[in-house]
Amino acid sequence: MIVELGAFALVLALVLSALQTAMAVAGRMRRSPVLAGAAEGAAIAAALAVAVAFGVLILAFAVSDFSVANVAANSHTDKPMLYKVAAAWGSHEGSLVLWCLVLTVFGAVLARARNLSFGLKISAVGTQGMLGVLFLAFAVFTSNPFERLNPAPFQGASLNPLLQDPALAFHPPMLYAGYVGFSVCFSLAVAALIEGRANASFWPAWGRWVRPWALASWSLLTVGITMGAFWAYYELGWGGWWFWDPVENASFMPWLAGAALLHSAVVTERRGALAGWTTFLALLAFTFSMLGAFLVRSGVLTSVHAFAVDPERGMMLLAVLGVTAGAAFALFAWRSPQLRGGGQFAPVSREGALVLNNLFLTAACATVLLGTLYPLILEAASGATISVGPPYFALTFVPLMAVAFLILPAGPLLAWKRGDLKGVGQRLAVAAGLAILVALAGWMAFEPRKALSAAGIGLGGWLVLGSLAEVAERIRLFRTGPAESLRRARSLPLGSWGTVLAHAGLGVFVLGAVVETGYRVEAARTVAVGETVTAGRYSVRLDGVRIVEGPNYLSERGDLTVSLRDGGAARVVTAERRFFPAGGQTTTEVGLDFRGLDDVYVVLGERGQTAAGAPAWSVRVWWNPWARLIFLGPFIMAFGGVLSLLDRRLRLGLGKRKAAT
Amino acid sequence: MSWLPKSPKARRRLWVVAAVTPVLALAVGLSLYAMRDSVTFFFSPSEATADKAPAGRVVRLGGLVEAGSVARGADGEVAFAVTDNVATTRVVYQGDLPDLFREGQGVVAQGAFLPDRSFRATQVLAKHDENYMPREVADRLKAKGEWRPEGEAPRS
Repeated sequence: MIVELGAFALVLALVLSALQTAMAVAGRMRRSPVLAGAAEGAAIAAALAVAVAFGVLILAFAVSDFSVANVAANSHTDKPMLYKVAAAWGSHEGSLVLWCLVLTVFGAVLARARNLSFGLKISAVGTQGMLGVLFLAFAVFTSNPFERLNPAPFQGASLNPLLQDPALAFHPPMLYAGYVGFSVCFSLAVAALIEGRANASFWPAWGRWVRPWALASWSLLTVGITMGAFWAYYELGWGGWWFWDPVENASFMPWLAGAALLHSAVVTERRGALAGWTTFLALLAFTFSMLGAFLVRSGVLTSVHAFAVDPERGMMLLAVLGVTAGAAFALFAWRSPQLRGGGQFAPVSREGALVLNNLFLTAACATVLLGTLYPLILEAASGATISVGPPYFALTFVPLMAVAFLILPAGPLLAWKRGDLKGVGQRLAVAAGLAILVALAGWMAFEPRKALSAAGIGLGGWLVLGSLAEVAERIRLFRTGPAESLRRARSLPLGSWGTVLAHAGLGVFVLGAVVETGYRVEAARTVAVGETVTAGRYSVRLDGVRIVEGPNYLSERGDLTVSLRDGGAARVVTAERRFFPAGGQTTTEVGLDFRGLDDVYVVLGERGQTAAGAPAWSVRVWWNPWARLIFLGPFIMAFGGVLSLLDRRLRLGLGKRKAAT
Repeated sequence: MSWLPKSPKARRRLWVVAAVTPVLALAVGLSLYAMRDSVTFFFSPSEATADKAPAGRVVRLGGLVEAGSVARGADGEVAFAVTDNVATTRVVYQGDLPDLFREGQGVVAQGAFLPDRSFRATQVLAKHDENYMPREVADRLKAKGEWRPEGEAPRS
């Protein structure tokens, strides 16, 4: 019965979203605050209805109601509760409901927004309602998660065991909140195209609204992608964290577009300039989100992470994408020439630097897009099947970003309107000198010596030091007394700290990525109990393997001792191979020994035999130097984003509404 | 600088063009260069002739793992045969096979052919999906009339 309630709530949400759109359109035409209020009420009601549907779905999973087809296909009574709940968004249908939930909740938050002008708000609410109609209709008509099975099976087919992992339980909600957060930027952009005027005060006000949404979405997406990368790192057991796989790129493109958006929105907010460009990026970010959803689900590209693949429904997603993006960009082409934001500026200025940032980010995003879609294009054109792998991205994306990183620390130090390049050079001279020392130290410290990796280390150091140089400059470190510096640091706006942290976090990530990629050591051997595998500075001894029974799996659990080759503390890690009888699958649980910034990454492979016939296991060991920084950096970046968001809350009184998200 | 346009608007446009051009040129140039050398072609065993996939060139080889062909050597070396039921290629791989690797199932191996036309894989790919059948493999099998639904053992 309660399941029918969920199905009903989902249909109700669709009707409410349609009402929301209709009343918003009518309210806009008649300039009627009553109709507008009704549209806002419908938006909130739609969010509540989807929340009820999602709650019912989680409940069905929690109590293992196998009369629901989706539960039977993705759950199992033996599963721990966390994964029963997480399975609710582990399938195509469930994740679509989550998508709709985020979309409508953000729509409701938008509907509650105060001090947004009448026309802009009602148009944005209407657009958000339209998006809700499209995605809810897709969910209700093609992917209803509440479909019943008759007769109900006794046991479910279980969730893919690889997905039964804490990082993956929380990765999709984060990722979706980020993806779909851009829908609000999208709606605000469409609203601006409908309502916009070539007016000096319109665009700064609009930028003030787009920026927090862009920041919040981008921060959530950063965390979501990082969790996904971390999951791939320790759950797949391949020793890597980013494979330039189509599905990874699909999440990375909205991230890049979002990063460009939140920078260009600053220019629009402060200077009223780049109005058309910021609008374009706002449309682009959500288009990439939808493209990502399509690429991941349609299976048009072969991916190691393919998820809930269903070509037919994927094609329908393509239709939703085509309609939404097509209409929005057509509107953009029609309206944007009439929407000059104005705001002349000199090339050497903060806004000039932000334009340059946008240029690099979008160019990099374009190379990622080309690399991701090129196999599709080539297959359609010539029939040849190819894959574009890491070497392509290493040759295109990486150099573009490297040049951008060289310029990055200068940006925040430039003044608005007219920057002083020479002054900036003087202020960054110390950081640049130190960065060169860092590169030299990196060249000396790691074996074998690699010039490119050392340059990369210098670049990471440059980003961190350059960002710190900005703080030093702002608080006049060493140029006044420490008390005065501290006072200045306290009064520095949170937004500035946010910028510094985000840029420094990027530097931390670059350091980790460069060192891990350049200097990781991999070793594999088939060893009997008591034998060792050595990788770089570490040796790993297999102490024993036992059979362990988990809640829904059987496992071969190996205890291994990790020690430095030249003596030093030894630590025990466990690495497992788990067999899940419910799906007949085997998964690898990596043993990770955190050594400062390094990881010693141990994978227990298949059981074999030594030459003498004794049992032996293939053990694979990676020494991943500085791998910790790869995952730490993005979290620092996201934290910087949150700080900037908090700053804006103080100024805009957004407190209550932001807390609701 | 007298050759610069006089109006500030035109000057700004000129600056934008001056900034955009090198970045775009860099992006396009790098993309074209990378596309030439670092894309990986996919072949099924019967297509992977010596002229299409010369020894030493990195390609992807996809097909079904022939039943009963998997042999594990010492030190983690695995040999298996990949077939599209027309031709069969012997694949040697050093390392752990993905958890979803099974005889009779689809597989994609990345690596290069050796002069003796056996294949040395550097990577064996798997998906999270339990119904693992790479799309290229499925397409090739369908084209050759060798397609059968997932999970059934191939004719041998």
